[in-house]
Amino acid sequence: MTWWKRSILFQSASIDKWLQWLLRAGAVMAALIMVLIMLFLLLESWPALQHIALIRFFTDETWHPLEDHYNLLPMVTGTLYASCGALFLAIPLGIASALFMAFYASPRMAILYRRLIELLAGIPSVVFGFWGLTTLVPMINQWQPPGASLLAAILILTLMILPTLALTSHAALTAVPGEYLRSAAALGLSRWGMIYGVVLPAARKGIVAGILLAAGRAIGETMAVLMVAGNVVQHADSLFAPIRTLTANIALEMAYAMSDHRAVLFVSGLLLLLLVMVLTSLAGWLGKEHHV
Amino acid sequence: MRFWRQSIWITIAVLALSGAGAATLTTPHKLVLTGSSTIAPLAVELGRRFESLHPGVRVDVQTGGSSRGINDTRKGVADIGMVSRAMKADEQDLQAFTIALDGVGIIIHASNPVTSLTPQQIADIYTGKIANWQELGGKNARITVVNKAEGRSTLELFLTYFQLKNSDIKPHIVIGDNQQGIKTLAGNSHAVGYVSIGTAEYGAQRGVPIKLLPMDGIAASVANVRNGSYPLSRPLNLVTRMTPTGLVKQFLDFARTEQAHDLVEAQYFVPISID
Amino acid sequence: MYKQIGVTGKPNHLLRDQMIRLLIYLMVLCVSGVFLWILLDLIHGGGALLSWDFLTDVPRDAGRAGGIGSILISTLLVLLIALLVALPVGWATAMLLAEFIPAMSLLGRWVRYSLQVLAGVPSIVFGLFGYAFFSIYLGMGFSILSGGLTLACMLLPILVSTAEAGLRAVPESYRLSAAALGMSRTATLFHLLLPVAAPAWAAGLLLGIGRAAAETAALMFTSGYVDRMPESLLDSGRVLALHIFDLSMNVPGGDAPAYASALVLIILLLVINLIAMQLIHFWQRRKLNTE
Repeated sequence: MTWWKRSILFQSASIDKWLQWLLRAGAVMAALIMVLIMLFLLLESWPALQHIALIRFFTDETWHPLEDHYNLLPMVTGTLYASCGALFLAIPLGIASALFMAFYASPRMAILYRRLIELLAGIPSVVFGFWGLTTLVPMINQWQPPGASLLAAILILTLMILPTLALTSHAALTAVPGEYLRSAAALGLSRWGMIYGVVLPAARKGIVAGILLAAGRAIGETMAVLMVAGNVVQHADSLFAPIRTLTANIALEMAYAMSDHRAVLFVSGLLLLLLVMVLTSLAGWLGKEHHV
Repeated sequence: MRFWRQSIWITIAVLALSGAGAATLTTPHKLVLTGSSTIAPLAVELGRRFESLHPGVRVDVQTGGSSRGINDTRKGVADIGMVSRAMKADEQDLQAFTIALDGVGIIIHASNPVTSLTPQQIADIYTGKIANWQELGGKNARITVVNKAEGRSTLELFLTYFQLKNSDIKPHIVIGDNQQGIKTLAGNSHAVGYVSIGTAEYGAQRGVPIKLLPMDGIAASVANVRNGSYPLSRPLNLVTRMTPTGLVKQFLDFARTEQAHDLVEAQYFVPISID
Repeated sequence: MYKQIGVTGKPNHLLRDQMIRLLIYLMVLCVSGVFLWILLDLIHGGGALLSWDFLTDVPRDAGRAGGIGSILISTLLVLLIALLVALPVGWATAMLLAEFIPAMSLLGRWVRYSLQVLAGVPSIVFGLFGYAFFSIYLGMGFSILSGGLTLACMLLPILVSTAEAGLRAVPESYRLSAAALGMSRTATLFHLLLPVAAPAWAAGLLLGIGRAAAETAALMFTSGYVDRMPESLLDSGRVLALHIFDLSMNVPGGDAPAYASALVLIILLLVINLIAMQLIHFWQRRKLNTE
């Protein structure tokens, strides 16, 4: 403990340098994983990319890989609809949950609710899917058959990404320095005035990071969506139409796919990665615009 | 490259604090089976009994689909692959040993008054020509068509039998594994689907609200698959890369003798004997 | 700001505050309601099976009988390896990104971008990658080690982004004061910034653990399916989430043990959360009080 104390007092440039190189190594390792995965996906999808023109993945009539039809577009829209719908529902619920924990609930209540959310974060997607299949889908089926639908996928996804949003937003909210709050209180701001005018802007970065994480999870979620979405390859024309997402497609067919079919599934993995890249760049660009 | 691989390995070994494990990878007393999720539960049970008969042997079973069984066996990652369908023309490099039979049956919700469908009616339902149960003598409700995902062996069997193309089928729900089919059917009183007979019988006997329809007038039951009268059945195969010897051969032989029949039947499949 | 201060006292603002309060309470009620609904369903389906024997026994008859003892051990081992590898790498990355290099530097942008993309890679792709890289290329076979390392890759984005956000939220004045006192940046980081950012780090850690313990697709191809007691880290071991998946999707009559296993998984996470929170709390208080 003592030598640490000393290091506070002495300005030591060398320890900074050492640490920085150590951290740099860690960061490069983390980033290399993406490159490795990208390389791996390219390698596996190469047999298909060699003799199937890229444009065919968007212009073929249907997705019937065993009959030489490879249209991935309906699954791209399926993925987008489901994730956007889930974000649309989960963002307000998640931020409200975080605000509740940080500003509205009594400390005991806040801890209790936090535990609840943490548990929700730990429920395996399989269990959500299982529950959705046996409870939610039959309920929707009573109302609008066939039940397994875009709506079911959105609702299940909402439940799954809600904890991510709530916990990251809560972390961002509690990180807002107490002096901000005290100043706001001293100025006589109402509670909502303080939240809206001071806390949310200060916590914006953390909340946005949480939303990005949640969006990633919504796009990447596989098992639960597979169980409730119906998995019919089509452009959804209503909330009650069954859809198939890109991830569900991989999980459904990979286990039994051979040669070209298998390679094409890796192409859809690649496409998913590209989709995420585009969204990430877009988010980064929007963030920058907003900043200026 | 070799250096890198080694250094990664060393790092990992230090991290994991496990130096002793490396030897276990190459022990001759370990059998690795990978492949079809339909066969996997059976293979686990077979492995367990095989282990008790041959002390010191470990049988590891991995699931992940028939194609994984074939790929892993070809790569040599697995000693035995599990494939829940007949072998294809381009898979003749592997040797297949059928250990059991499984049937595929049409199922509907138990509350559905319809008691039988002709092959023509089934084909019409799946191609969208019949869309309401009323046309088949049932209630006035839209039919929910449940189909299997592309590449699944039950789908291939179904398509060949009814002489359909998958692109002709107009499904409302597409499912993966058998249990997902059973759960979907049980939760939707107007749905029709097809799953492994063993799975369906097991569920129906334990109060899941589904019923199996006869195919071509022959009741869909494990008994009828056994006596060969039921038209839609598939073999459950174990495959190897080379002519089996040693432990692999012993396991394959064991899986096809009387000793293993009760295990096969416990999973609601139909056992096959070599003797 | 100015405008808001001017009108705080007006009654319509009180009304607005009340409405928003009501709305937030409603949403919270809604979330809790759905969660309790799921929980009750699970208890209803599997509560009767829970017992000490269920926790310690090995699975029998494809999981329909017996317990989940060996599966719990495998789950904990996979989790442990994943965290041992992902925490140092992830947190190092976060520290670098937040404290040592400018946000807009080339390395910073590249690393952050890679991680954001990594966050969107579906778990099944991680599974196939782990299978090809760890299991086959590095020769680990189907093993707990291979599964843990695959999971570690998956956890990185969560760990990094939450930890970085936590560090960035610490006010600039802390760093300036420390610099004025002549503290090295390393010392500032460990003595000042980390204790303040600890709750965010804890949140990330718990999210990561939750995600890791709930993972199915990535582990199916790597740590594998064997439900026996693992003897070394190079043995294949089935994790709890995969067990639940297999029971509910593949094993006829596996619903009750699937529910029970899900309950165990949730309780396990609760315990891990409680311990982690206590540790963080303890550490934070010691750090902040003594210095």
